[in-house]
Formats: sequence, structure tokens, C-alpha cells
Amino acid sequence: MTPLSHYLIFSGVLFSIGLTGAIIRRNILVVFMCLELMLTAANVALVGFSRAQGLEGVPVYDAQVMVLFIMAIAAAEVAVGLALIVAMFRARRGVESSSLTSLKD
Amino acid sequence: MLQNLPWLFLALPLVAAAIDWLCLQRCPRAAACCSIASAAVCFALCVAYLCGMQTGSPGVYEWFPLPGYSLTLGLLMDALSMKMMLVVTGIGLLVHIFSTGYMSGDPSNHSRYFAGLSIFMFSMSCIVLADSLLFTFVGWELVGFSSYILIGHWYDRASAADAAKKAFITNRVGDFGFLIGILLTFGVFGTLSFSDMAGHQAVPAQSGVLTALVLCLFCGAVGKSAQFPLHVWLPDAMEGPTPVSALIHAATMVAAGVYMLVRLQVSMGTDAFSQTACTVICTVGAITALLAALMATQQDDIKRVLAYSTLSQLGYMVMAAGMLSGEAAMFHLYTHAWFKALLFLAAGAIIVRCHHEQDIWRMGGLRRKMPLTTLCFLMGACALVAVPGFSGFFSKEAILTAAWESSIPLFVIGALVAVLTTFYMVRLCLVAFCGSARAEGAEHAREAGPSMLLPLLILGVMALISGYGFIADTLVPFAGFHAHDFEFGVPFLTGLLALIAGGGLAWIMYGGKQKQPDTDPLTPRAFSRALRHRLYIDAFYDKVLVGGIQQWGAAIVHCLDDGVIRRLVGHGAALFTAWCGKILGKIQCGSLRAYVLVSALGLIAAMILFAFTIIH
Repeated sequence: MTPLSHYLIFSGVLFSIGLTGAIIRRNILVVFMCLELMLTAANVALVGFSRAQGLEGVPVYDAQVMVLFIMAIAAAEVAVGLALIVAMFRARRGVESSSLTSLKD
Repeated sequence: MLQNLPWLFLALPLVAAAIDWLCLQRCPRAAACCSIASAAVCFALCVAYLCGMQTGSPGVYEWFPLPGYSLTLGLLMDALSMKMMLVVTGIGLLVHIFSTGYMSGDPSNHSRYFAGLSIFMFSMSCIVLADSLLFTFVGWELVGFSSYILIGHWYDRASAADAAKKAFITNRVGDFGFLIGILLTFGVFGTLSFSDMAGHQAVPAQSGVLTALVLCLFCGAVGKSAQFPLHVWLPDAMEGPTPVSALIHAATMVAAGVYMLVRLQVSMGTDAFSQTACTVICTVGAITALLAALMATQQDDIKRVLAYSTLSQLGYMVMAAGMLSGEAAMFHLYTHAWFKALLFLAAGAIIVRCHHEQDIWRMGGLRRKMPLTTLCFLMGACALVAVPGFSGFFSKEAILTAAWESSIPLFVIGALVAVLTTFYMVRLCLVAFCGSARAEGAEHAREAGPSMLLPLLILGVMALISGYGFIADTLVPFAGFHAHDFEFGVPFLTGLLALIAGGGLAWIMYGGKQKQPDTDPLTPRAFSRALRHRLYIDAFYDKVLVGGIQQWGAAIVHCLDDGVIRRLVGHGAALFTAWCGKILGKIQCGSLRAYVLVSALGLIAAMILFAFTIIH
């Protein structure tokens, strides 16, 4: 059986990749994908914990229910987020985050 | 109860002033009657006391106690003060009566005028009767106040308002010295009461301190008696109604300085007046007498001629006081009070009857239009220029004799002033009374009414007779005064010579039937211009002292305003705020990635903190 530490390391790596991507990428579409990556990392950690806390091969289902909720909410969020990005692309012919300065200027 | 009767001298005029001011604002006639009644009762009381009425010593009131000493208010009733009171109340009463005639056609508030006169009578009585320097000082300030009120009676005229202010402020300069002098007196003598000072003569004080003390007190006299260099307010004070000029700025208040000096000499003893102090006092008196007489020779305003003449006569008195000849000073003060009040009141009558014309070059021929007034004025003028037989002759003689005995330079100045006095008075009389009328006002002049003529005639008689021994011995405000017998000596001859020289000069310049100039023939000369401009002393004060102080003050205020408030507080605060805004504004860079980075770092920091807290 895979030890908890593997899940957590994998989840951490996944989260770091997501965070780094969110910080350094300019394209909002990519930033969006990185956000999803971070959510996925959280899900992996939750599932890992659910398995580790379980007794005699039966996991704690509370965490897995929460994972399902997160996925559902993430799906809804993706629908809204992608719609916003499409609208933005139409309005501005670009999805670069650094060009979103009209309030500042 | 009866022993407190003398307090009526103070109470009556004060009550009359209060009634005039508070109750009789709308009935000027009643206000005039009220003030005249109070002055008349004071005069009657004064006469009664001089005739020998005894009521015991008046009560003394404690004002406020100090550790080891208490400041009291009491009345000192000796020959000096009671006879001075006679002059004050007598002339005061006549001026009150004259005022009813003088002010009758005037639209201003008469109740205020008579309340001012009554306040003045009250304050002057304070000075005369005060038994201590402190009480004198109270009266001193009060006469300053009443003088301010009365000079500025026609306050809607800018010149009158300015003159009132000038008189008050100039007096403050002298009063400051007076106050220091009072404190020094308390330090040296341990008392402020005149009667106790006599007993403290043995107090060993350094002569330097005594000199400083006397000179500080003299400062007060310089202000109040308008001596050089504080003489500038008196000619301007002529903006007030003429009766006021007669009472306050000729006969009584301006003489208060001389009275105070003599009072000090009597109570401290003449030993307290050191050589230095006397020299300073004499010099100031002599300079004032000479400068004022010079300036009087080129004045066109009848009241200003008289004002400068008052200055010059006050200079005589101060000079006499400085020569430790209080007797001569008080003698001249006494005769001067009568004849100068007469001159001013006669001038007042002329001014009213010439439709408020004061320029002598717009008068002329008045001797035919107003014979009685002219006669009175001439009697006053004769007394002033010391025609033998008139009162001024005896007192000026006394001063010249004192000067002859003490110092020759002072005697020469005195004689010179006598020449100038004759010159300007003869000039004034020739221009105003002789020839024919030069202007409409003088053309239609007519004799003054009875309320004005009566005081004039009484004063005229006094100007004539008050110098003779039999009257002077009983009335001159000086203990044990005795008029000297006539002596045919240098002072007499000098006086006579001065009379002839001054009169002759003026006759050559302004006399003669065929000459009828409309302006002073001396006007184009440079010295005439200088004298008309009062030797530029007023201009100097205005430009250098007042202007200088204002400039420096403005510079300091500007420094504070511009440097501290505008630059440091205003501008500095703005700069600081802008700088903070710039620094803090950098946080809002608008870069999404930076925001995410910061939140990630924050998240990590929070996690580390959380993890370590759990572990511990």
C-alpha cells in the first residue's frame, strides 16, 4: 500500500507547480488551468488522508465526499471563469493579465 | 459723618457723570444742569473749606492689604491741594457754564459731553486730593481717559479720533515711567503716602537710585504736561471742543504734571531732587518752552497758537520746578490757569461766532463786531505776554527771578521765550482783531451770548487781578506762599525789554493800517515752513518710530507667517502626505502576478507560523 507521504509529496509538487504557474504566467487561460491544478492537488491530499485514516482497508468517506463537492464547485467555477475569459478575449483581443490596467490608468 | 464731607469732591462729579450717562441721554439740558450743579457744589464746598470750615480729617479707606503694608485711599487736604482744588473747580464751573452756550448749536450728544466733563472733574479731584502716589496714579489714568473721551467728542471726524488716540498713546509712554517711579518710591521710602514720605527723609538711599526715582516720576509729568519729547499730542488735542481745550488742555490737566512735581518736592523734601535730576528737568522744560514758542509764531489756527503757547508756558513751569522753585511754578500755574482758560474760552466764542472758522487769516476786524470778547481776549493776552500790572507779569517775573538766581543759560532761554510769546500773541491779535474782515464768517460775527460772556468776564477779572499780592497770598496753591514785593532788577528790565522787542517785531511784520495780507508774509521762508511742520518732530515720530515699529513688526510677522506657518506647517505637511502617498501607492501596482505572489508568500508564512505553533 502506498504510504501517505507519497500522496502528500505528489500533492505538494502538484500545488507548487500550480502556484508557480499562477505567479509567473501571463496568459489568464494558463493561470486558470494552474488554479485547477492547485485544486486537484488539494483533492489528492484529501483522498490520501482519507485512505490513511481508514481502518482495515475501509477509507473515511467524509474526505471523499468533500472531494466530490470540490470537483462539482470547480466545474461550476470553470464554466463561469471560461465564460469571463472568452468575454475578455472578445472585448480586448487578448487575455494577457498584464494588460488589465484600465482601472490603474 | 461730617468728617467725610471732602469725599463729596469725588462723589458728586462721579454721580453726576453716571446720571448724565445712564439716565439723561435724551435730555441734554437736564444733563447740563446736573453737571453744572455738581461743579457748583464742589466749588462752594471748596470755598467753604478755604474760608476756614473745619470738619476733621476725612476717612481713609483700605483698598487692599499687603503683608506688612496696606494700600489705602485717603484725601490730603493741605494748602497746596485745597487751593489747587479752588482753581480746578472754579475754572471747571465757568467752563461748564460756557459749554452750554458753546455747544447749543451743536448736533452731537450733549449728555455724553457733560458726562465727560463730570468724569474729568472727578479724575482731576482724585489727582489733586490724593494722599498717596497710588491714588494719584489712579486719577492720572482717569484724566487720560476723560481727555480721550472729550478730545474724541466729535468722533465722526477722523482727525478728532486720531488726535484722541494720539493723546492717549503718547500719555501711556510717560505713564509707564511714572509707574516704575511709583514702584521705586515704594522701594526707597517704604510707603506711597505723601504725608509719610516726609518722615522717611533720613532713609539712606543712594543718590543714583533717588535720581532714577525722580526722573521716572518726571516721565509721568513729561507725558501729562506735554513736555518735549512727548509734547506732540497737545496741539492735536485741539480737535476737541474749545471749552474742553480750555479746561483740560490749558488750565488744569496739563498742569497736573507740574502739580505732581511740586507735591513731590513738598513731601519728599527738595533734598531728594539731586543735581542731575534737576538739570534734566530744567533742560526739558527749557527746550519745550523754546521749541513751542518758536512753533507758535507760525501757526494759523487760533487754537493751535494757544496750544503751543500753553506748551511753552508749561515749559516755564517745569523749568521752575526743576530749579526747585516750586513756589514760582505753582504761582505761574495758578495765574496761567486763569488767563489761558480765558484765552481759550474767548477763542471759543470767536470760533462759534465766526461759524466755526479757526484760521486767523480768515478773521479780522473782530474788535468792532465782538467788542467785549475782544476785550477779554486782550486781557488774557496781556496777562500771557506779561504786561506789567497783569497777573502773568508777576508769575513770569517770579520764574525769571528764580532763573536769574540759579543759572544764566536758563534765564536767557526764558527771556527769549518771553520775546517769542509777545511776538506770536501780538501777531494773533493784530491779524484777528484789527483791520477789516477777510471772510464771510468774520463779516457776520456778532457778540457772544450771556452764557459765554459771563465766564469770560469773570476770568478776565481774574486774569487782571489774580497776580497781586493780596489775592495771590490767599489763593496761590502753595503752603506759605508770599508774593514778593516788586523789585526793579534785571528780571524786570529783561521782561520789559522782551515785551517791547516782541511787540515791536510783530508790529513791523503784521501791523500798520495799509497792510492787510491774507496769508502770513513769512510763509515762503524756509524756517516758516519748518515751524509750520512742527520742526518735523511729528513727521519723524510717524515715519521713524511708528512706521519703523510697524515695519519691524510686519517683518517678524511675515517671517513667522511665511517661514513657519506656510513653509513648515502648510507646505511641509503637504509634502509629507504626498511622499507617503507615493510610497504606499507603489503597493497598488496593478500587476496580477505580483498580487498572487504576495498572497502566496503570505499563505506560506501563515502555514509556517501555524505549523510551528502546533509543534510547540
